[in-house]
Amino acid sequence: MESAVLRVEDFCAFFGQNPVLHEINLTIPQNRITAIMGPSGCGKTTLIRCINRMHELIPEARVSGKIILDHEDIYATDPIMVRRQIGMVFQKPNPFPMMSIYDNVIAGYQLNGIKLSKDEKDKIVEESLRRAALWDEVKISLHRRGTFLSGGQQQRLCIARALAMRPEILLLDEPTSALDPKSSSHIEELIVQLKDTVTIILVTHNTAQAARVSDYTAFLYLGELIEFGPSGKMFTAPKDKKTEEYLTGKFG
Amino acid sequence: MKEPAIRRRIIADKSFKAIVVLLSFASILPMFFILFFIISKGISVVDWTFLTHLPKPVGEIGGGISNAIIGTLLLIVISTAFSVPVGVFAGIFLCEYRKGRFAYFVKLAIEILQGIPSIVIGIIAYIWVVLPMGSFSGLSGGVALGLMMLPVIVTSTEETLKLIPDGFREASLALGVSYPRTILKVVIPAGLSGILTGILLSIARVTGETAPLLFTAFGSPFMNSNILKPLNTLPLMIFNYATSPYPEWHTLAWGASFLLIVLVLGLNLFTKVVTRKWKVQF
Repeated sequence: MESAVLRVEDFCAFFGQNPVLHEINLTIPQNRITAIMGPSGCGKTTLIRCINRMHELIPEARVSGKIILDHEDIYATDPIMVRRQIGMVFQKPNPFPMMSIYDNVIAGYQLNGIKLSKDEKDKIVEESLRRAALWDEVKISLHRRGTFLSGGQQQRLCIARALAMRPEILLLDEPTSALDPKSSSHIEELIVQLKDTVTIILVTHNTAQAARVSDYTAFLYLGELIEFGPSGKMFTAPKDKKTEEYLTGKFG
Repeated sequence: MKEPAIRRRIIADKSFKAIVVLLSFASILPMFFILFFIISKGISVVDWTFLTHLPKPVGEIGGGISNAIIGTLLLIVISTAFSVPVGVFAGIFLCEYRKGRFAYFVKLAIEILQGIPSIVIGIIAYIWVVLPMGSFSGLSGGVALGLMMLPVIVTSTEETLKLIPDGFREASLALGVSYPRTILKVVIPAGLSGILTGILLSIARVTGETAPLLFTAFGSPFMNSNILKPLNTLPLMIFNYATSPYPEWHTLAWGASFLLIVLVLGLNLFTKVVTRKWKVQF
């Protein structure tokens, strides 16, 4: 196994009394794309929301176990610092509607009250938009509102906004499920390009997408981790019977 | 040739439509009559002297209502200063913690406050402010009007913020932004046009209030910008002058009515502009 950036150890999550995740153990390799797949309601979104501590925003949400990033349990540190190291992109593109494209990209700095000089801002905006493969399309309209963009462009703007904080890990929660096929393949290409600079965890219920882009795949079913391993192996010769049934469309 | 039954139905359809149009028309007629009446009586009174001079004693010709204009503006400032911070934050609270028992009580209290007659609010402000301070004052009038503005601001803030998708809160929190900053810098700006609309409408609503000012701001024939002293306002002036026996005061009251209507209509139109211009699309 390659060098690990994040380790999930004996991790459980609950909503009130209902267990959502059960004893998850998972090691996320650095600069690779790890896909988390499984049928609806299997806990895959909950799992990544636990990784940047968004899960706890819901009243009555509880967790146990550890998630270790750089030798430190993220549940022993401040959630705000965790979220700056671990960026997140959501299912539905959500650029801030009252901000320009430019301001959206540096929103993480501005909303946190981090002062930057004009040059630093320009540099971060250009660099982040280039990394999100959006620069050429928006460089002439940087000061227009982000909501005028198409759905796929909005999603890439959200990726740029997350990248601007220079996170170690980028969480993508079904980033293409609200997009048309062309925009989706655009985002998939982008995800593959990004892995050189950032570790990616991709939640998807689209097994074909997991097979296309990911290096490793985790299969979750009813809150349990059924199988985890290199994607090439899992999609050709799954070890677990449940995985095989899911991949061949017996359920899901 | 059409069947008689079908023809009857077409006639019924058409007459129903005619009734709807006619009654809608009837509903806008009073507004035009009021506007026409006040404009025709009031517009000739308004001139530079009317706007910039103090009222003259009975028997003297001329004089103006400058003190009432200044007083009205002062009261708007005072009541806004009281009600906007409390109202906006209560609205945020109701939207963010809508499930709690305390939120239920706050909502109930706001609904009850909305239904309290304005004259009762005047008495309350009299007991709270005028009695302890020993004098009628602009401040007490501002408190009374602020109490009347509060429910409108709370409700409009809450309703506006509820419509803002959770996605924006999550996007901000996921960038490592703290909860208070998320509310102040993402949620409120996204709902700004709705919040401003509520504030402007509540100002338009209390600008013409007279009853709560009878025991509080009280009215005064002098120019006064000290909010601890009695203050004249347009509605109070109209009330005092229109109930007086002097014809020249009646004329001034018409002029003041015209000005008040212009002010309130202007506020309403301005609200529409703000709503359209600052609307955030999501």
